[in-house]
Amino acid sequence: MAEPAKSPPAPPAKSTPKKFLYVNRRAPYGTIYALESLEVVLIGAAFDQHVALAFIDDGVFQLTKGQDTKSLGVKNFSPTFRALGDYGVTKFYVEKESMQERGLTLDDLQAVTYEDENDGFKEKPSIQVVSRSEMGAIMQQQDVLLNF
Amino acid sequence: MKISILVNEGPYTHQASDSAYQFAKAALEKGHEVFRVFFYNDGVNNGTRLTVPPQDDRNIQKNWSELAEKHKLDLVVCIAAAQRRGILDEGEAKRHGKGEGSANIAPGFRISGLGQLIEMGIESDRLVVFGD
Repeated sequence: MAEPAKSPPAPPAKSTPKKFLYVNRRAPYGTIYALESLEVVLIGAAFDQHVALAFIDDGVFQLTKGQDTKSLGVKNFSPTFRALGDYGVTKFYVEKESMQERGLTLDDLQAVTYEDENDGFKEKPSIQVVSRSEMGAIMQQQDVLLNF
Repeated sequence: MKISILVNEGPYTHQASDSAYQFAKAALEKGHEVFRVFFYNDGVNNGTRLTVPPQDDRNIQKNWSELAEKHKLDLVVCIAAAQRRGILDEGEAKRHGKGEGSANIAPGFRISGLGQLIEMGIESDRLVVFGD
């Protein structure tokens, strides 16, 4: 998932960073949307903007633990989510209703954590379960929404 | 207003590219600036010069190329997504040893990285996403 050599370096960030929210709505496999969304997140993390991820609808399956794609013949990219904390991506909003509708609880999701540099590098969970109405409010606060 | 557009679906199967084209055209006619149009996911297939749709149908790729020429639009195809799907410019065709004449990028399009998409979000007043 390395950025190809041809891509230009990130331009200097403007004085006020914007809030980017990546909205993941689809199952991790079956289509390429989840993987290519993650590729944008990884590039976007280099731009000194505020980055958060939202998981709604079948998108909540992207964070389930114990994913095994061997028989599919495609790469299991779910471990990449756990690396995002090191890129400063520490907010994963997961919609409660979407989980409930699919019979999932927080226990079904992999643990994603980050080290809070403002709090003695304490390890904290990145995943926050929010209600549908809270998700609406979170979206309202964003500058840029990218839906995949 | 400074507007940017993201197209995430290919031509014909989905309405997304048509809608994005109509939106871009209408925005330009209203005097807005279109900072950039970025093609991602199967959207990169809007940037091939090799499509031959039936004569009584719209030519989506040509529509984009003509709009780009008329308004000096910046049409950018994501390099990683394009390589997966066989959209190449001269440089990429050569770099990957695909043989002379295999470049298929349509006029008015260029291939670049995902940083161009993030830059759109930073630089524009609105980023409008067209997908499925």
